[in-house]
Amino acid sequence: MDGIHDMGGMDGFGAVEREAEEPVFHAEWERRAVGMVMSMFAQRLFHLDEYRQKIERMAPIAYLGPYYARWIHAASELLLEKGLLSRAEFESGAAAGKAEDVDLIAAATVPDLLRARISGRETDDVPARFKPSDAVRARNIHPQYHTRTPRYVRGKTGLVERDYGVFTLPDSYAQTQARRRSTFIA
Amino acid sequence: MTGDHDHTDPPSDEALRVKALESLLVDKGLINPDAVDAIIEQFETQIGPHNGAKVVARAWVDSAYRARLIDDAWPALQELDVGGVEASEVVVLENTEDVHNLVVCTLCSCYPWALLGLPPSWYKSPAYRSRAVKDPRALLAEFGLKIPTEREVRVWDSNADIRYLVLPERPAGTEDLSENDLAALVTRDAMVGIGLVSPSGD
Repeated sequence: MDGIHDMGGMDGFGAVEREAEEPVFHAEWERRAVGMVMSMFAQRLFHLDEYRQKIERMAPIAYLGPYYARWIHAASELLLEKGLLSRAEFESGAAAGKAEDVDLIAAATVPDLLRARISGRETDDVPARFKPSDAVRARNIHPQYHTRTPRYVRGKTGLVERDYGVFTLPDSYAQTQARRRSTFIA
Repeated sequence: MTGDHDHTDPPSDEALRVKALESLLVDKGLINPDAVDAIIEQFETQIGPHNGAKVVARAWVDSAYRARLIDDAWPALQELDVGGVEASEVVVLENTEDVHNLVVCTLCSCYPWALLGLPPSWYKSPAYRSRAVKDPRALLAEFGLKIPTEREVRVWDSNADIRYLVLPERPAGTEDLSENDLAALVTRDAMVGIGLVSPSGD
């Protein structure tokens, strides 16, 4: 969608500010947010494309707030949408029983999970329509859903640089809720 | 913004929200708090730019390694036991006297975590994401990096899967340094493309 997240080429955000000796996290809640959300990716409670789509659908003013608040927003929305949490549980903070069919990851497996090769690469033998050096034009599309085609390239011409192989198309995968892969961890 | 350094401030909205959510997720059996701790520990102690720096230093001292790395990064990364989360489909971009490479993610914050750690705030900022693809030379000049006009600037916008690592030029005067000493000179900024590697490690 043509949202606030699609920032390439926009004006008005000013100079880039850099923090000297920036820590990995700036607050305890950021640390917990990263650990929680990544745990749930590893448990395949949701996948990365649908998660990005949730972030893109945030109200622009909320999107521009603290970075890791986007993570918490997207994860919460997906847990509610998938029925892993009820609205009553989310609002009260009180769990009504345990979730079923969730394999929690063990702490000891975390280093290997973070070292594993995970991506959207597919094994299907799909012939490439274009080869390196071919001239192409990006489609000028404005879908209401997730796309990795940013506005600034739509309708533009360019040359194919490299054939990276066959990958899942995030635009369509974001519309599925399968617990299949996360491209993140697990 | 968060006020966490000032003990007289109440906790931020985010702090309260995250605390309540974590407690609910534990009670509901949706997360294991020990695994949460283990993930945080990895990002604070194991996963960072030193991983990418090892790769750069090896590429500088071993031209056959550099060729393998540029041709197909994953097997070359395995030789050094690095890569993984958000760095499973890595493309290495070699800076030369003719080309300077710069990495951005205009749509979100994609970044080669397993090689560089979690991205810094500036990389995720609207200012960087909006300007890197529009006027990269002016942006780099603000970072103190003036690229000569005859040198091409290539900006690489991360997609859903591909993660880029810039292979900076080896600075002159480092011929006598060991691979480990070279790795210590390589900065995160140089591997994203907003800086160069200095022979003094500045």
